[in-house]
Amino acid sequence: MGEFFQALQQFSFMQNAVAAGILASLASGIIGTYVVVKRITFISGGIAHAVLGGMGVAYYLGADPLHGAIAAAVFSALLMGFVNLRAKQHEDTIMGALWAVGMAVGIIFMSLTPGYNVDLMSFLFGNILMVTDPVLRILLILDAAILLIVAVFYRQFMAVVFDEEQARLRGLPVDFLYMLLLCLIALTVVILMKIVGLILVIALLTLPAAIAGLYTSKLSRMMVAASLLSLGFTLAGLIASYHFNLPAGAVIVVLTGLGYLIALAAKRVHTHLLRRQSQSSVGVEQ
Amino acid sequence: MDKVISIEGVSFAYDHRPVLSDINLTVEPKDYMAVVGPNGGGKTTLLRLILGSLKAERGKVRVFGLPPAKARHMVGYVPQHGVFDPDFPVSALEVVLMGRLERRAFFPRYKREDYAAAQEAMGLLGVDNLGEYRYGDLSGGQKQRVLIARALVAKPKLLILDEPTASVDSRVEQDVYELLSRLNEEITILIVSHDLGFVSAYVNKVACLNQWLAVHKTEEITSEVLAGLYRSSVEMIQHRCAL
Repeated sequence: MGEFFQALQQFSFMQNAVAAGILASLASGIIGTYVVVKRITFISGGIAHAVLGGMGVAYYLGADPLHGAIAAAVFSALLMGFVNLRAKQHEDTIMGALWAVGMAVGIIFMSLTPGYNVDLMSFLFGNILMVTDPVLRILLILDAAILLIVAVFYRQFMAVVFDEEQARLRGLPVDFLYMLLLCLIALTVVILMKIVGLILVIALLTLPAAIAGLYTSKLSRMMVAASLLSLGFTLAGLIASYHFNLPAGAVIVVLTGLGYLIALAAKRVHTHLLRRQSQSSVGVEQ
Repeated sequence: MDKVISIEGVSFAYDHRPVLSDINLTVEPKDYMAVVGPNGGGKTTLLRLILGSLKAERGKVRVFGLPPAKARHMVGYVPQHGVFDPDFPVSALEVVLMGRLERRAFFPRYKREDYAAAQEAMGLLGVDNLGEYRYGDLSGGQKQRVLIARALVAKPKLLILDEPTASVDSRVEQDVYELLSRLNEEITILIVSHDLGFVSAYVNKVACLNQWLAVHKTEEITSEVLAGLYRSSVEMIQHRCAL
């Protein structure tokens, strides 16, 4: 532990890693909550994998892969949203196709790009220790945009996620809000990608929110709790990976998964105890 | 006064499978009407047409003389209480407040008058003490009341309920219908139900729907009518007519 904090004081890349972790936790806690309650993990996974296509193309064109990632994420979010709104029946097949084709496009363009492809691994598995100052600035802007949009549309998002029909009846622009939410998921995916990589994004996006959901009964509290949990797992993972010299992204995800299992088990025990308690006293149900 | 709902010659099909054929229906102000029919008979489709979330392929649907999508602000809708995810982190009060949402409702806070309206509606339905509970933790009857409160909180002129008594016990069922009778003194009510059950004791018109639609005054409902509707013999329940 002590070594880690020494390194943190000494090296700017460690400070950047912690800053990126904080920004990523905030985004994943807030947006992950929507993903979990609306049950759109699969769509989010599709967006995450399609991002590789955009990065591959950007790489090939000599542009900044992060810009390519943002463009591809938003594009695939809109595409997935469109599929969801228009093709209800074949939705999961089409999502699966986009998921795989997006990755395939990325791999093809990367192999077409002259030079070596070390970066492919860092796209897929992330590298929190290589977050540069310009990247950190972009993450900060993305985070600010996500926070602002969620604050502005908080009530409208909640209505759309809970009951679309009612939201439509109240005259809310349901399709627009759904698309906007998918775009926010896309931006969050890009941020998380820097930390744990494309493949593992889904874990960090959904598991902290899922844990928070077990113990909270308000959307806003679930967001706060998920962000804090996410931050805890990210920092713990970072410290552990530094200590044992293991890849940070993978350690963070393993810790998050463990946390989820423990939370599930604890919830089971908790409900079991409650049930026994209510059997011996008078029930609360009217 | 204008008709509340007028449906003329409406047909609807999903992928060439006809669900509604040449439907004509008029709902007058202060009507308390039940649309009954077997599952798959087109009740939900009819409801969606009235709410404006589906468009009729043929024929005309008007709500308060307007296309359904334009009349939504005058309509309160109560979906089946079981369709929502019981794990969804939302309190009963928040559910009711959603009935006050508007296109320009930005940032997380509701206005003071929104809270007042929510309290009033919840009081009317006897659920004002449940505001802080998670919606998913409530009993079926409580959920139903919360959803009715949500529909009433924007002061609608037409209240539409989809199977309001599905999976609640018969005492709650009777409570709900009696409550609706009281509300009916001021607003028009349309109930969709798969069985006639208690509902016939309270409503003044029954529309029987099984792809085709026939409207009866409650006292005209006989077992022959029902047998025709369900294409099997149905035991007739006794009518206590509200008219």
